[in-house]
Amino acid sequence: MWTRSLFSPKTDIDKGTYVTLSLISVAIVMALWCLLTYGGITPKDFLAAPHEVVAAGIKRIANMSLFEHMWASLVVILSGFILASVFAVPIGILMGSFRAVQALIEPITGFMRYIPVSALIPLLILWIGIGVEQKIMVIFLGTFFQQLILISDVSARISKDLIDCAYTLGADRRRVVTRVLVPACMPGVMDNLRVTMGWAWTYLVVAELVAADTGLGYMILNAMRGLFTDVILLGVFTIGILGLITDFFFKWARRRLLPWSADF
Amino acid sequence: MSKLSLRDITVRFEPKGKPPVLALDDVSLDVANDTFSVIVGPSGCGKSTLLRLVAGLETPTSGRLELDGDPINGPSADRGMVFQSYTLFPWLTVRENVMFGPKLKNLPKSECEDIADDLIKAVHLEGFEKSYPKELSGGMRQRVALARALANDPRILLMDEPFGALDSQTRQMMQELLLDVWQSRRKTVLFITHDIDEAIFLGDEVHVMSARPGLIKQSLDIAIPRPRHIDALTSPEFMDYKRTILSLMHDEAIKAEDAANHRKSA
Repeated sequence: MWTRSLFSPKTDIDKGTYVTLSLISVAIVMALWCLLTYGGITPKDFLAAPHEVVAAGIKRIANMSLFEHMWASLVVILSGFILASVFAVPIGILMGSFRAVQALIEPITGFMRYIPVSALIPLLILWIGIGVEQKIMVIFLGTFFQQLILISDVSARISKDLIDCAYTLGADRRRVVTRVLVPACMPGVMDNLRVTMGWAWTYLVVAELVAADTGLGYMILNAMRGLFTDVILLGVFTIGILGLITDFFFKWARRRLLPWSADF
Repeated sequence: MSKLSLRDITVRFEPKGKPPVLALDDVSLDVANDTFSVIVGPSGCGKSTLLRLVAGLETPTSGRLELDGDPINGPSADRGMVFQSYTLFPWLTVRENVMFGPKLKNLPKSECEDIADDLIKAVHLEGFEKSYPKELSGGMRQRVALARALANDPRILLMDEPFGALDSQTRQMMQELLLDVWQSRRKTVLFITHDIDEAIFLGDEVHVMSARPGLIKQSLDIAIPRPRHIDALTSPEFMDYKRTILSLMHDEAIKAEDAANHRKSA
């Protein structure tokens, strides 16, 4: 009976089965990792063993250097992300619902979204140097144009009936935007901020590629030179965990701030 | 003088790359004060367009629309509308939804609340004031939408197949509730539907529309006494009206089908 629910599309499975399957997938990866390292299949400078990564972590937690790198990266990511969101949310909402704004902005975003951020780094260095501003700018450019397109889609999908209904209740155009369009967009905006936050993390190493002396991306790149695979993996895991925490934060904030929106 | 008057209304849509569509062809219609008027017609006959014109959400290609002798240009709170789709604002509670219109008028908060509570009671939703729309069933949402439209005390209430998405039991219950509310508050109502039973059960008068071009083919006064209850649906006079309207609509359905086939083969 339970096999039927496992192999039918879009059928729920019970929670115990779900958790078991999740644990199995983690266990397989860990087992493979242990086999490769403790089994002597791969050398240390190719892949560090689990206990070596833990040791590298403990050492860097003890001397606080891991937290310094984390803090430096968080400043870059959050500044770039918040800056991008502050512009992308209002412009995206207008772009999705006002054809004129769309006509103005679409040619630029349509072009920019296909430019890899790394291709712009040389220009960024020429224009704003190699300080923290340049790193923030990388995150900004990496997320802004994607956010703009996603949020404009959210805005475009808001039902016309909702807008028309507000008109028949006596709202003028300004209040249709502020009291109907903007709140109606909020669940979609939150979802897409969460998605693009994930992307912002993926730009971190690119942002810290050039002339960095601190940050998790720098820590990883620096460790590569000495083939310190334990430190590389430590950096990778730290980014992964921080990413999970921001993801969790966004889910929590959505439930808290938008209790009225349909569950997801 | 009639409450609502439509004179020689023509609406022509010109979609890009397609032949122009005559959605409404020289339609004239008068609705008397406090009358419940129903427009019934097949899908695509332009009945929704007609209602949207009265709401001010669309403008006619030619013709005149007047409410109490004032020309209609643009939407306004004096023409409330209930849509077929669920249009409650999901971020507002039931009570806040009903208060939306009065609050836009900057009425004092206590007055807004009194209006809302009174109407919530009228549509039998006491106890749900603080619920969000996502917690309500389809029928309940449309009851809130009705209360919200009435909260502005509009001069005319426009209803665009408001029960079209509901199952037939809920729909019947909603029709009776609507008549109750209408009986006690006396409003001029313009109601659109494709459901003949609904049209006869609700209306003082029923206007049968034809499609392509959209025009009013015939108007009938429905002389079934009020208050009407569910037994009215099976009375001989009801059946007579239904037979008349069915045959009018049947001709129309065949014509519309032929026209559609003709367009496809062309």
